[in-house]
Amino acid sequence: MSQLTRRGVRIDDSFAEAFPMAGTGLVITAPTRKWALIAAQVATGYATSVIACDCEAGIDCELSPKETPDGRPGVRILAFGFSSKAVEKALVNRVGQCLLTCPGTAVFSAMDGDVKIKVGDSMRMFGDRWQISKVIDGKRFWRVPVMDGEFLVEGTVGVVKKCVGGGNLLIMGEDWDKTMRATEAGVAAIARTPDTIAPFPGGIVRSGSKVGSKYKGMSASTNDAYCPTLRGVTKSALDPDIGCVLEIVIDGLSNESVAQAMRAAMKAIVALGPKNGAKRIGAGNYGGKLGPFHYHLKDLLP
Amino acid sequence: MKPLVLTLRAAPAQRLDLSKLTPDRLLGKSLKEIEAIDLATTKAPAKVGDVFKLRAGDPHELHFEGGSERFDLLGAKLLPGYSIHVEGDVGMGLGRQAQGGAITVAGDAGAYVASGMTGGRVEIDGDAGDFLCAPLAGELAGMAGGRVIVRGSAGNRAGDRLRRGIVVIEGDAGDDMGSRAIAGTIVLLGHSAGRLGYLNKRASLVLAQRRDFGPTYVDCGAHHLSFAKLFARGLNEDSRRAARLLSQRLQRYAGDTAVYGKGEILTPA
Repeated sequence: MSQLTRRGVRIDDSFAEAFPMAGTGLVITAPTRKWALIAAQVATGYATSVIACDCEAGIDCELSPKETPDGRPGVRILAFGFSSKAVEKALVNRVGQCLLTCPGTAVFSAMDGDVKIKVGDSMRMFGDRWQISKVIDGKRFWRVPVMDGEFLVEGTVGVVKKCVGGGNLLIMGEDWDKTMRATEAGVAAIARTPDTIAPFPGGIVRSGSKVGSKYKGMSASTNDAYCPTLRGVTKSALDPDIGCVLEIVIDGLSNESVAQAMRAAMKAIVALGPKNGAKRIGAGNYGGKLGPFHYHLKDLLP
Repeated sequence: MKPLVLTLRAAPAQRLDLSKLTPDRLLGKSLKEIEAIDLATTKAPAKVGDVFKLRAGDPHELHFEGGSERFDLLGAKLLPGYSIHVEGDVGMGLGRQAQGGAITVAGDAGAYVASGMTGGRVEIDGDAGDFLCAPLAGELAGMAGGRVIVRGSAGNRAGDRLRRGIVVIEGDAGDDMGSRAIAGTIVLLGHSAGRLGYLNKRASLVLAQRRDFGPTYVDCGAHHLSFAKLFARGLNEDSRRAARLLSQRLQRYAGDTAVYGKGEILTPA
């Protein structure tokens, strides 16, 4: 593969291939930052990949009391699914099981979006006819009485239809420690990019997959070309100096935000250099035939 | 673009029906055509040209220089995107059934302000008459959306049969505020009289001054309510004092238990 070099880090002449998704967001507030974070972490749990989870979700950013609708500390989370229907189902379940139950929280829509899905409007019945509707500036909120006071939840939440899921970077390094150092720097840069999340554990996935399997009925299996322990026995994509590969997957509310996140992550990874961090950066694609969004690494170089 | 200005020539000799001067009805009309509109409510004619001196401008924004308590139905059925300002008093039915837009009155307003209003914003620097946001006789519901701010005091039965929307009264309210209210929110910074929240079904009455609410309102304790903080944010630009009241810890009295009991009175704990 032809390669470019930046600060000694080899950049593949490749591209990340991403897919259209429906995305939405919530602003979760609580009396303290601690409980806002707990609520956001629980609500975005088990949401790494739509292969088996109901949605892909993660924390976009923390919000200061000045930035939230009710003046309390808050967290903005994003969730992505295959359709707005799928996102609605996932969100209602998650709000019901993770946020209604979490002490002190209130839930607001994070965006106006293209279409509205019912979140509070589905949740309100928990109030057993004691729930109270309040409308302000055209938005409906439900006050559901709970044991620590009231659960305040916005009636509808906006969904952005043209989101992007699956922007990615493959970070390759000498060993686990160095590769992880570079990947963590990339994840931190993405965390600072608005409107994007990295839904995998800590933003990082180690089990990159290829399409198909030797077993019947399995649609995806391990990406052996990038497994360092198989370098000799398979048609490997790895060079002799690569001992570990980690991947960052990025979902974003727009094409631009995903490109921005990938650019920021590459800049942070390249800045570390090959001695302490990654030796090579690549990207995952399916030949460009499956997904309409292509992010060429050479266009995103720092 | 400059607003269309109507300057009052002299105190009107009869009550005037100003619903015919709502901005959207003036679009595309020449000054001559506007001057020919009859505002009379009696046999004697009262052409716009006789009552007002006109200065050409964009009718999206209407300015009345000088007002009168005989200016009835000003801004009736107003639509979003239009605004009216009155440098003086107005009569009955200000913003009646308005669907949007903004009305500001520098003086006092008569009865039935924002009656049947479904959207928009009405601000009165002076006092408002009786039946603020209430329905006319025979109608089932009063105001069903929008925001009304009264800097002065309101008359009797303010928020009668209020259905939705927010009313802020910075001064005092007359008898029976929030009577028969269906839902919605009334914030009162001054004193109230009579049977407060009489037969209130689901409305929130937020009071700066605590008083006896009678036996049909039952104490539910003092709480920090998230919704009140949200409303405080939303009302901060319109009324600092109302916002401050809503950001406090509030004692909740549920009522009127003579009917549903799903309404409430909130007052600083």
